[in-house]
Amino acid sequence: MSAETSLIRSLIAERFGEAIEELGFSHGVYAFAASPDRIVELCRFLKEHPTLRFDFLSDICGVDHYPEMPRYEAVYHLYSLPNKWRVRIKCRLGDPPRVPSVTGVWRTANWHEREAWDMYGIRFEGHPDLRRIYMWEGFEGFPQRKDFPLRGYKDKLNPFGAEGPPPTQPDLATEDIPQGGRSTPGT
Amino acid sequence: MTEVTELSWPEADAPHTKEVLLNLGPQHPSTHGVLRLVLELDGEYVARVDPHIGYLHRGTEKLAESFTYTQIFPLTDRLDYLCPPSNNLAFALAVEKLLGIDAPIRAQYIRVLMAELARISGHLLITGALPLDLGAMTALLYAMREREMIMDLLEMISGARMHTSFCRVGGVREDLPDGFFPKIREFCDIFPNRIRDYERLVDNNRVFLKRTQGIGVISAADGIDLGLSGPNLRASGVDWDIRRDEPYEIYDRLAFNVITRDEGDCYARWRCRVEEMRESVRIIEQCLDQMPDGPFQIDMPTIAFPVDKDRVHCSMEALIQHFDLSAYGFKVPKGEVYSAIEAPKGELGFYIISDGSPKPFRMKVRAPSFVNLQALFGVTNARYLADMIAVLGSLDPVMAEVDK
Repeated sequence: MSAETSLIRSLIAERFGEAIEELGFSHGVYAFAASPDRIVELCRFLKEHPTLRFDFLSDICGVDHYPEMPRYEAVYHLYSLPNKWRVRIKCRLGDPPRVPSVTGVWRTANWHEREAWDMYGIRFEGHPDLRRIYMWEGFEGFPQRKDFPLRGYKDKLNPFGAEGPPPTQPDLATEDIPQGGRSTPGT
Repeated sequence: MTEVTELSWPEADAPHTKEVLLNLGPQHPSTHGVLRLVLELDGEYVARVDPHIGYLHRGTEKLAESFTYTQIFPLTDRLDYLCPPSNNLAFALAVEKLLGIDAPIRAQYIRVLMAELARISGHLLITGALPLDLGAMTALLYAMREREMIMDLLEMISGARMHTSFCRVGGVREDLPDGFFPKIREFCDIFPNRIRDYERLVDNNRVFLKRTQGIGVISAADGIDLGLSGPNLRASGVDWDIRRDEPYEIYDRLAFNVITRDEGDCYARWRCRVEEMRESVRIIEQCLDQMPDGPFQIDMPTIAFPVDKDRVHCSMEALIQHFDLSAYGFKVPKGEVYSAIEAPKGELGFYIISDGSPKPFRMKVRAPSFVNLQALFGVTNARYLADMIAVLGSLDPVMAEVDK
């Protein structure tokens, strides 16, 4: 694996210089960290580079590192079908978390990003249809954040929930969220 | 007296079209679970589709953060409930990678054997259910008959028909029972003939062929872009199987073919699965031939439960070990791992971040059905509502896995 990782490393360093931090190789995946403003550029580079060809987006995963700061993280898992390589891109995000969407690079990113938005409140800027995917419309809070109680908040439908009002997200209420759009990733 | 407005009829040569909003599901047999599709119909054409998922969302990932690693196995069963042994295996492999251990060889064979049985069971359902969606009911009844044999085999191994929870970190729960080998050999002898029966039953059905061939074509490039995996992508001509390309467990010791088709239509996806069942039988037979004797669980008292249950009642050390593992679990070193296997539906990945405690800090499931279902809306040439049902059935999503 070392030949591959050094190749990936040198190609990325050649293009991005110091902007991409290397996190090493473990358990078959080569990991590195990128800042949110370079993420789309990096994904496009990895996908379209004639040698690397990371053409398959396996997964996008939101992480909440509470109480560590910066608190949030978006983790991308890429796979190269021709080379059988895997890479992981980690992108630490502040509060409120925002990161440019990679739906322009892979259409499959659409639902992954909607899930991360729904569960962690990570705002994917430029996403065509950033609505909740698992929770219902009008649900308050982001259930997979570490400060969200496991059983939810107590209300008339959930008598076993934790006491206390659901956290309000004032910054989210005022901002322009594309609600009510329709998901047609195929068009 | 109310005023009667005169209805005006559209001219015959200028048909008046109006888009109809149709709600399909969440309780509809052809949506394979609780999937709700809001369809905008233009006549019989689907102009737009707005999927609503989450009716079965149980918060598996959130729950896992408060469970010990051993307790998570029953949660993984309930992802793709047609093939729980695969899910167990995927999770066990991820944790084992973090711990830096390997299960004993015999345990690996047992796990692969169960995963392939599960693959057959999962594929059997779709073999019968896709014709059922298109109006041919008979195949499902016969497929269920064979699925029952697999259920019996799984029950023999684990005591449970569906949610086996048979894997453990570092091995499996128990050894194979007495009398299992003749039983599964019998299954391996019978089953290939039964596959031929399904083929005869469905492959010559002209209605089925008309409704699946050339319908819902997904090109290889589109499939990759949409994140399809497993038989769905192989039906589009992409030769990718994690069992062969990133071999885990003992798959590198087994000979099997990776089935691909070039058409990328509904029929190719159905066909791929039927062929894959044959390969799975081959794999099971090889597992039975090669299976070595030896331990079924790793010899690490900090991770594995005591093998001899009777010792727990008479030995203080065994009792402490058992209590410790049940009450507190075992610690997993700090780190993160993404481990993917070839589940029946496609790439099933577990991404686990460990903070060094007995519970995962974050567990993310890369559920193949979740991604495959999204591709339904990327299929451009299935425009009739009826074709959409065929495409949905051929993508074979399991809603429990979609909703996690």
